Amino acid sequence: MTREALLEKVKEIIKPYVGDGEAFDNLTEASDLINDLKINSAHVVDIVLDIESEFDIMIDDDAINDMTTVASSIDLIQSKME
Amino acid sequence: MLTEGNTWFNMANPRPDQILKALPYAHPFLLVDEITEVDDDHIIGFYRLREDEYFYKGHFPGNPVTPGVILTEIAAQIGLVSFGIYFEMTKENQTVKNVVPLFSSADVDFFKPVYPGEKVMVTAKKEYFRFNKLKCAVEMTNEGGDVVLKGSISGMIAGKNE
Repeated sequence: MTREALLEKVKEIIKPYVGDGEAFDNLTEASDLINDLKINSAHVVDIVLDIESEFDIMIDDDAINDMTTVASSIDLIQSKME
Repeated sequence: MLTEGNTWFNMANPRPDQILKALPYAHPFLLVDEITEVDDDHIIGFYRLREDEYFYKGHFPGNPVTPGVILTEIAAQIGLVSFGIYFEMTKENQTVKNVVPLFSSADVDFFKPVYPGEKVMVTAKKEYFRFNKLKCAVEMTNEGGDVVLKGSISGMIAGKNE
């Protein structure tokens, strides 16, 4: 899957949890999930669970701490899919 | 020694009374009387609304009825905090100190009023507990067995591990 395709999938997954609609419209890979997109940290867990089922991967407790931005989320998915 | 104030040591099968002792609340905001069942999949607990609860004075004057936000809190203290403490206690090799429960989401419907003196039963079923987040399907019933609250609640437990 290309990075662009992954970005689209990730956007689709995080959309229901984004607290700031305008920030979502301006989303880039650099967007920070909590600070820019105003996602509550408990919903980051939901995003991880949705990512796991969408991509059929397992994300461990340590990896979630690296998932701070859209880019790092995509990196994590890519590393788990290899 | 299993509990010392707000600190406990891990154990394989925490008893309901050990969970009750570890709850970080105090009067007038401790809203759990009893835990009767707990395992990895579910928890059942009870609370009796006292006739002299502080919120009845204002909700409503001369017509006391339990606020929905209090029913939600009872559901959360049993279904998220007590249940979450159970999971923390069963984790291996941990001593947990100064538990801070964080209520993150509630999506509940209310079906019947609860009046002073009524006893309610809360049953919470685990949907998942991962990355320290607990999400449960929760139901509250009155003594007649009628459902008074039903929905989904989630929260996180922040504990300082030694």
